[in-house]
Amino acid sequence: MSEKDIKNLEAIFEERIAQDQKIEAKDWMPEKYRKTHIRQISQHAHSEIIGMLPEGNWITRAPSLRRKAALLAKVQDEAGHGLYLYGACETLGISRDELYDQLHSGKAKYSSIFNYPTITWADIGAIGWLVDGAAIINQVPLCNTSYGPYARAMVRVCKEESFHQRQGFEIMLTLCRGTEEQKAMAQDALNRWWWPSLMMLGPTDDKSVHTEQSMKWKLKRKTNDELRQQFIDQTVPQAELLGITVPDKDLKWNKERGSYDFGPIDWDEFWQVVKGHGPCNKERMNARVSAWNEGEWVRDAAVAYAQKQEDKKMATAS
Amino acid sequence: MTKNWPLWEVFVRSKNGLEHRHFGSLHAADAAMALENARDVYTRRNEGVSIWVVESKDITASNPEHNGELFEPAQDKVYRHPTFYDLPDEVKHM
Repeated sequence: MSEKDIKNLEAIFEERIAQDQKIEAKDWMPEKYRKTHIRQISQHAHSEIIGMLPEGNWITRAPSLRRKAALLAKVQDEAGHGLYLYGACETLGISRDELYDQLHSGKAKYSSIFNYPTITWADIGAIGWLVDGAAIINQVPLCNTSYGPYARAMVRVCKEESFHQRQGFEIMLTLCRGTEEQKAMAQDALNRWWWPSLMMLGPTDDKSVHTEQSMKWKLKRKTNDELRQQFIDQTVPQAELLGITVPDKDLKWNKERGSYDFGPIDWDEFWQVVKGHGPCNKERMNARVSAWNEGEWVRDAAVAYAQKQEDKKMATAS
Repeated sequence: MTKNWPLWEVFVRSKNGLEHRHFGSLHAADAAMALENARDVYTRRNEGVSIWVVESKDITASNPEHNGELFEPAQDKVYRHPTFYDLPDEVKHM
């Protein structure tokens, strides 16, 4: 294909997206569109998979059967979400093995938030309430993104995510209505998860390298700062309802803007965690890589069994 | 070296009376495992009453580059639609 042909195809492609048409797997697409989508969708899938680890930590210690069943179901959902997203990503011509390699080698990133530890039961409440809350804000606009397989996966993810947030809030509410000690536990969890949750929505707009292109391709419908403001505005009243305090002394309702003003975010901490120096980066990667390696014999056995059944069928047929 | 599990496409009938619809894909060693995985991945909330799985490599798909010759000829065959035919208003039940 000549350069002129490609320019022509690109123009038609951009026009289709501008008209809100969906792009499907076998359609022609610019190489950069493909690469950007592989990066974002795989990062999203990896986050779901690694995201199971901090919560899995509490399954055996959930305080009641009701909580345990809900937490198990939530963690199973995260696995499901990871699989929907890997499936969508593979339609772009990358194999599952390559995707895993990128995660295991550290080449691909996952959400920085999962590198924080879950040290008390209240952390499970805070994750559902804040982390899933921030994730929903990020994900709802993606149900309309231009790439069909990604948009369809996101519709399914969003439908399931709302239970996650509600179960988290319910845990917080129960603790806040409990003993002084339990309420202190909820406050402590909010103190530790608030700032990482704000960071999770990504660097500020002036520092975000992908925003402009991603907005054009509808991979992003709102900027990081807009999403962050939306998150703060909807979460602060929820904290008030719980009777616990958001750990930001600069947090103040701005009547003129109809939004909360908030204090400075420690971006150094964010970049440290992204670069692998968060409290649990090593632990998470070790857990993930060893689960994969230790499961190899099971995967091999399943293939051997399938082959044997196939051979048997052939033998009876002949 | 591990042999990779093949890719399967999953189709789910959400309730009797409706057709199976494409839900997504997954990896599994064989058809029985693909069905079990499909149940766990795609029907955790009563989304279905019946599942089909088919190995992705067995699907033959049309190429979007041929969409013109495949689908455009239908566009100028307006006589296939009932509104193409002019009838007086007095004709009822037609």
